[in-house]
Amino acid sequence: MRKQTSPGGLAVITRKEFADHVSGWRMIILMGLVAVTGVASLYVAAQTIRSAVGEAGTIDFVFLRLFTASDGKLPPFISFVSFLGPLVGLALGFDAVSGEHARRTLSRVLAQPIHRDALVNGKFLGGLAAVAAMLSALWLAVGALGLVLIGVPPTADEFVRLAAFLAVTVIYISFWLALSILFSTVFRQAATSALAGIAAWLFFAIFADLLADLAAAALVPAAAGGNPEAIFAQEQIRLWLSRLSPVTLYSEAVSTLLTPSIRALGPVMVEQILGALQGVLPIGQSLLLVWPQVVGLITGTAACFAASYILFMRREIRA
Amino acid sequence: MGSATPVIETSGLVRRYGDLTAVDHLDLTVCQGEIFGLLGPNGAGKTTTILMLLGLTEPTEGRVRIAGLDPSRQPLEVKRITGYLPDNVGFYDEMTGRDNLRYTAALNGIPRPEAERRIAKALQRVGLPETADRKAGTYSHGMRQRLGLADVLVKEPRIIVLDEPTVGLDPEGARDFLELTRELAREGITVLLSSHLLHQVQEICDRVGIFVSGRMVACGRVHDLAEQILADEQFRLLIEIQAPLPGLATELGRLDGVASVEDADGEEGGGRRLRLACSRDVRAEVGLRVQELGGILLHLEQSGRSLDEIYARYFRGKEMDNVA
Ligand SMILES: Nc1ncnc2c1ncn2[C@@H]1O[C@H](COP(=O)(O)OP(=O)(O)OP(=O)(O)O)[C@@H](O)[C@H]1O
Ligand SMILES: [Mg+2]
Repeated sequence: MRKQTSPGGLAVITRKEFADHVSGWRMIILMGLVAVTGVASLYVAAQTIRSAVGEAGTIDFVFLRLFTASDGKLPPFISFVSFLGPLVGLALGFDAVSGEHARRTLSRVLAQPIHRDALVNGKFLGGLAAVAAMLSALWLAVGALGLVLIGVPPTADEFVRLAAFLAVTVIYISFWLALSILFSTVFRQAATSALAGIAAWLFFAIFADLLADLAAAALVPAAAGGNPEAIFAQEQIRLWLSRLSPVTLYSEAVSTLLTPSIRALGPVMVEQILGALQGVLPIGQSLLLVWPQVVGLITGTAACFAASYILFMRREIRA
Repeated sequence: MGSATPVIETSGLVRRYGDLTAVDHLDLTVCQGEIFGLLGPNGAGKTTTILMLLGLTEPTEGRVRIAGLDPSRQPLEVKRITGYLPDNVGFYDEMTGRDNLRYTAALNGIPRPEAERRIAKALQRVGLPETADRKAGTYSHGMRQRLGLADVLVKEPRIIVLDEPTVGLDPEGARDFLELTRELAREGITVLLSSHLLHQVQEICDRVGIFVSGRMVACGRVHDLAEQILADEQFRLLIEIQAPLPGLATELGRLDGVASVEDADGEEGGGRRLRLACSRDVRAEVGLRVQELGGILLHLEQSGRSLDEIYARYFRGKEMDNVA
């Protein structure tokens, strides 16, 4: 008989998933949404920057400010990305496995000589490739638009920071993709899986911070009395709790990358500031500072992925 | 037809779902080039058996060998030589029929030109060449089923497993489908098909296994099964009388050569139609006896031994449960 032992199943499935995403309506809708909000926030940021330049003469890192500045009404670009990013990941993955089940193609595909995990892996990699392609295109478009709006090209340092921003965003969205693939494995109905994804998204985007505040206040009640040590302890707890949320991790990482003047994450004592040098952090130091956040996001992605893998490998494929 | 090389072998195969035993100690051997029919009512465990043969579900106990390979340990090798058509097969609706087949070919690692050749051949064979470039979402059930068979043929399997392949096909479509299956078996492909449509299975299967509640209660060639099960009932007689006659069944049962008498319409049939199992031709005596008892015989029919009757023997009670 034929002796082809290396199954190219993973590559084939990844390619199909990528092609499906790129040519599908979902991608167009999501891109439209991100593009419209992105352009609006960039435009507002450019206005703000112009008036700031008018008052102060020159400002540092003007290109980066395009992504972090806001007029106080419309949130900055990075806030939009941190809010809408999960939606992109969820939309691409919520019916990954349950959809195959509903179309009754699952058993037909798994009756082909491919490893079972090739299907889940291929879905993840295909989605990841689509996200990376979409974000890269958006990134280039936004960069070009920024150039037109403020007329100053980014410096090499700014360019590296923006590239890191792109990479961290891809990782962030791939976390949500992995989470939605997990939900699509757990729930047989695509609608249930989508709902679970949206619930997780709203929880992390809106309520997680509030809950972290509440929990920290409950754990260190002495802080209400104004005791500085207690206040410090409470703030520490709040911070670590809120870091359980991927949204917080991402926001911290991205604002550090795009705001070179951020020198530390978390509460800082007055003595620490007193001795410190004024100025901005070099790019290498910023990257070091966000490394734990990035590792946290990757760990979350891997955990979701491992869970869906285990569930799927043990499942009976009927349909 | 075919040599006696066993291709599908199971021994002591068990699959339990909680308390329910869906497949109970199944021993099965299917040889090369054979068409084997897995027969049984809904919920008998046919699909579960097939899933275990393909490694899509793990057996609770027992052993499976497909061409000497263990589907749990060497799933890829097994799936490379086995084509599976699930019941109610699905396709990617937004892709054309041909693209669906291309995807299958790619998953099987068949190089492009070779794949195109096989796809064209398979589509030709199942009679879909004109519609192949339409979106699969626009296909009728019959066309899907044909596309499913083409999908199986693309990988040029040694073994084909068909789960309820003719359900929902019109009589002509079903005939074509089964004719094609027979042709494939003649080429040396081993075919395992599950069904509850007895006439069809009877026509094309070399051997059948009868499944009830997870147990294979009989297995063999249709003719041999008839010998086995209906050994003392070489003749089966169906009579219909104008009005029920009390005591008629008992009277007829006393006739020499009559093995059993039962109401053809079930328990509450009223006794107008009776079915007799006899070891010799008793038509004349039966007619006479009905007349003696003052009844009017409307209809008397002698039937052969068909799979239907064998099947009915086993499932009469069971199928009524399912209908209710
Ligand atoms: N995942 C499951 N959990 C519990 N019970 C199950 C599961 N899958 C199947 N069963 C039970 O196993 C039995 C056999 O099911 P199976 O699908 O093999 O029947 P079948 O012979 O293919 O029937 P049909 O003709 O309706 O397709 C049924 O009683 C079914 O309810
Ligand atoms: Mg079935």
